[in-house]
Amino acid sequence: MGAENGERVEKLAADFNASQNNYRVVPSFKGNYTDTMTGAVAAFRARKQPHIVQVFEVGTATMMAAKGAIYPVEQLMADSDVVFDKSIYLTGVISYYQTPKGNLLSMPFNSSTPVLWYNREAFAKAGIKQPPSTWQEMFNVSEKLVASGMKCGFSFGWQSWVMIENFSTWHDQSIGTQQNGFAGFDTELSFNTPELKRRIQSIADSQSSGHFAYGGREDDSLPLFSSGECGMWMSSSANTAALSSQAKFAYGQSMLPLDTSIATEPQNSIIGGATLWVLQGHSKQSYRGVAEFLTYLSGAEVQAWWHQETGYVPITIAAAELSREQGFYQRNPDYDVAVKQLNLNTPTENSKGLRFGNFVQIRTIINEELESVWAGTKTASSALDDAVSRGNRLLRRFERAN
Amino acid sequence: MLKRVHFRSSWLPYALVAPQILITLVFFMWPAGQSIYQSFLIEDAFGFSTEFVWFENYTYLLTDSLYFDTVFRTLFFSFSVAFLSLSIALLLAGFVDRIIRGAMFYRTMLIWPYAVAPVIAGALWVFMFDPTLGILTAMLDSFGWHWNHRLNGGEAMALVIIAATWKQISYNFLFLVAAMQAIPKSLIEAAALDGAGPLRRFRTIIFPLIIYAFFETFGIIHVVTGGGPAKATEILVYKAYSDGFIGLDLGGSAAQSTILMIGVVLLTVIQFRYVERQVDYSS
Repeated sequence: MGAENGERVEKLAADFNASQNNYRVVPSFKGNYTDTMTGAVAAFRARKQPHIVQVFEVGTATMMAAKGAIYPVEQLMADSDVVFDKSIYLTGVISYYQTPKGNLLSMPFNSSTPVLWYNREAFAKAGIKQPPSTWQEMFNVSEKLVASGMKCGFSFGWQSWVMIENFSTWHDQSIGTQQNGFAGFDTELSFNTPELKRRIQSIADSQSSGHFAYGGREDDSLPLFSSGECGMWMSSSANTAALSSQAKFAYGQSMLPLDTSIATEPQNSIIGGATLWVLQGHSKQSYRGVAEFLTYLSGAEVQAWWHQETGYVPITIAAAELSREQGFYQRNPDYDVAVKQLNLNTPTENSKGLRFGNFVQIRTIINEELESVWAGTKTASSALDDAVSRGNRLLRRFERAN
Repeated sequence: MLKRVHFRSSWLPYALVAPQILITLVFFMWPAGQSIYQSFLIEDAFGFSTEFVWFENYTYLLTDSLYFDTVFRTLFFSFSVAFLSLSIALLLAGFVDRIIRGAMFYRTMLIWPYAVAPVIAGALWVFMFDPTLGILTAMLDSFGWHWNHRLNGGEAMALVIIAATWKQISYNFLFLVAAMQAIPKSLIEAAALDGAGPLRRFRTIIFPLIIYAFFETFGIIHVVTGGGPAKATEILVYKAYSDGFIGLDLGGSAAQSTILMIGVVLLTVIQFRYVERQVDYSS
């Protein structure tokens, strides 16, 4: 991790090194998530791999498939005689990284989930009492925001993650067959449902009345919100640091809106972010150090500090409790929205996460297809159908290679 | 007629070219060979399961109609950049050639952009054309044009062409100005009488420029659009990069590189055999 969060990672390592004398952790920054993963793969092929590598959630299937390269965390803990209690972790977080049998493969580190960020001042000016909780209200609120002089109602970042992946789990709809790929590589994408098509189309259509504005991939749309053009923005809860330095207005977080034509109650949202994978090929002695370091990172104190500093969710229940005791949520209301969303219900087969090979490329395909909907060159229906068939081609290719 | 010169030693010429040959072997032939070999493999990212599949990576690529869209997009992009940068550079060089006072100043200013790395050049244009914060976007907005290259594919393509052209103008300008100043007036007149019109000159240098646009502009596209929106600015080199280094599909990416290599070889052959042959250097 780079920038402000990178400094915090440096501090974590330094604190661990100071806490004991047996091991020394050396953090090293290799670029963004894709750079880091590509770098780790290249390092492994050259037999110069690090002990631990941070891999983003969409790389999970690729890492899992590399059985000879990875050292499952749960096995590492057992081999190193380090006490490891899985039940202290939030289910919404660890379910993403378990085998179908429930073995934890990698150690959750920085996890976030999409939330609805909103501009409190713009809401007050437009006479809106509370943030929208349904999609119908999203459009009503947008209407009022535009009427009050704003350029647009809402935008979102990471459109595949927010509008396809999380939209599906939020309404307990499947993203792909075989439990979203958890049960096997022979999975096929299935998100081209009439419900999702209708919702995407309605968002695209609302561009003409200024309700929705597209601002680019990943978090390129952040300026639309932070400059005060759009009153609402759906993206990661881990935008705390970026918003506090860029937004010159009071803002809040709220739960993702519900599409009442699909479900009466929201199910749960899923995480994004990264986990720590342990790589094979080092000495038993050094793996003990790795096990202790990972245990240290899951400590309540460390996790609570990390959560409050970055806006990532605390990965253990104890860390969430500690943050509450420390009065963090009183000083910063809304910062528990992310945890609430993840823990809303016990995850179902549709909502525990997803595990698709080549998913980095599939996300690119989804970006491309959605962009053609926003630009009006395709209907939502044909774009989602195309995204599914192009994505399936890549899934078959992944199945073939592994 | 070339004059033949004989050296006594038979090993000396080989020794003299050996370093160059070695460098070519290590830095070009070897990686190119590896890439061709890789293009026949399907492999997982870590290299645990490797399967020799002959041309499967190629058929996968060539049965994808989107790949041909990328090919045509690349041609459009390359021709646009080569043509625009050459025309504008020619115009500017023509002006500077005639200027008497301050020619040095103009020349320096015009050559400057070439020293800017592609990524930085891309970043400059990204800032100026940012749909929300950009200074040029704000200007266009006042004319009623709502620029948004993150949504509009045509605008995205225009933006990367502008950014790449801007950088390339300097390079072309440098050579054109030097060429113009080296030519005695009498020779230009003589050439004109011989029928060597400006079009022929244009043709002789446009091919290398197209190859330039293939590769050197990667940094600009990477920073400005990342190939989007909806593939609108994805050219062949960018696709090979994103499939290989982001998607970790090494075989597929290697197949694309091989196809690209064949394309460049063809262009070079055309350049040497049919275009440059018309230019007689011996006189």
